[in-house]
Amino acid sequence: MKNVALNDIHTDLGAKMVPFAGFNMPVQYAGVNAEHETVRKAVGVFDVSHMGEFILKGEGALDLIQKVTSNDASRLFDGKIQYSCLPNEEGGIVDDLLVYRIDEKTYMLVVNASNIEKDLNWISKYNTFGVDIKDISDRTSLLAVQGPKAAEALQSLTDIDLSAMEYYTFKKGTFAGVDNVLISATGYTGAGGFELYFDNEHAEEIWNKIFEAGESFGIKPIGLAARDTLRLEMGFCLYGNDIDDSTSPLEAGLGWITKFTKDFVNSQNLAAQKENGVSRKLIGFEMVDRGIPRHDYEIVDSEGNNIGKVTSGTQSPSLQRAVGLGYVSKDFAKEGTEIFINIRDKKVKAKVVKFPFK
Amino acid sequence: MNFPPELKYTKDHEWIRVEGSQAVIGITEFAQRELGDIVYVDINTVGEEIKKEDVFGTVEAVKTVSDLFMPISGRIAEFNKSLDTNPELVNSDPYGEGWMVKIDISEAGDLEHLLSAEEYQSQVGA
Repeated sequence: MKNVALNDIHTDLGAKMVPFAGFNMPVQYAGVNAEHETVRKAVGVFDVSHMGEFILKGEGALDLIQKVTSNDASRLFDGKIQYSCLPNEEGGIVDDLLVYRIDEKTYMLVVNASNIEKDLNWISKYNTFGVDIKDISDRTSLLAVQGPKAAEALQSLTDIDLSAMEYYTFKKGTFAGVDNVLISATGYTGAGGFELYFDNEHAEEIWNKIFEAGESFGIKPIGLAARDTLRLEMGFCLYGNDIDDSTSPLEAGLGWITKFTKDFVNSQNLAAQKENGVSRKLIGFEMVDRGIPRHDYEIVDSEGNNIGKVTSGTQSPSLQRAVGLGYVSKDFAKEGTEIFINIRDKKVKAKVVKFPFK
Repeated sequence: MNFPPELKYTKDHEWIRVEGSQAVIGITEFAQRELGDIVYVDINTVGEEIKKEDVFGTVEAVKTVSDLFMPISGRIAEFNKSLDTNPELVNSDPYGEGWMVKIDISEAGDLEHLLSAEEYQSQVGA
């Protein structure tokens, strides 16, 4: 089990630490509901240093990225970020990721912690372009500062105008006195904010300065449990739950990052799937009757026939309602359709709704 | 952490308080802390006879689902209905307003096998 650079700080703050993707990670500090609210209404800091970062460098970097990812990376410019996925050859997804264009020949890929090795092997397998691929995950820390007050809370730490940064762009600069911090206007919460990438040796210094600067804005440390409830309210997919090696990006509602303007791994089959239509779809639903949906619960119709499976579910802290994501046969995917979740052998009524959940 | 000496405990983190031929059951302070914010207490076994160590309901936190086990055999006589609207009472007052069920004791002899506060406390290392 690995520790993040800030492990002692989390323990001292009283975080509950749990093993996650090979790391001891803070899952909760004050309590998931309170932390969730902090991010929705003010600003909170997640240590997500377990995430993986690769640097791809070389003349063929863009060609390699175009080959392995589903989105069209040729549309990136320096300082621009793109959400994308790595399709496998069987119709599923190896991982979802962010692609950062640092310059014309240099890109950073940010991948899920549990898939670092898998992704590295996968991308390397297609590297006939002579691209230099460097895994910098172990020396890189990543803090996500999220919430409506994030820009204000951090502004005193940098000359970069944070509030002027557009969503899915980044800048490299001096932050909290540390050079070469990558400041990215991204996040996994739907609350706005920034993700900060820097070398591990600066982790403690940057963490402390963030909390000093953010004190008057009510900044708090936030655990992975609230990260999950926040992303779920937005309907953001979590790899391993909502998408995996067996789910197609089109079934998962990721058609918007699947661009057939170029050739990529399995693009022909996916194009055919788009043409013919998918047989199941990832939907959002909310419970009508009392019950909380959970990962892997069965979804049935009014007669009890299996029509799908829950992939994520929780009691939404912001909405005070139980919501979930799951795959259903396409006939049941329309908004407003009545479905039932099999909870402890009881059929509990739910209905298909759009996400973000409101 | 607080473990009232007048209560009996189980290794599954329930507490039980005997009141004549009846007993009140809930989960311990340790249990509610481990679970985190409790959002749903699902108990629909009122009126049923349930054996010692069998499941009488489920408690759900934001991230987890846990079964509730009978400390002793008995019939579920009453569910604490205020938990329907305020499940967080289990967090704020686990031994008081956060009680879960009242039961009619069927085997008083079962009580002898429960843990004392001291024994439970040493088990959870608190």
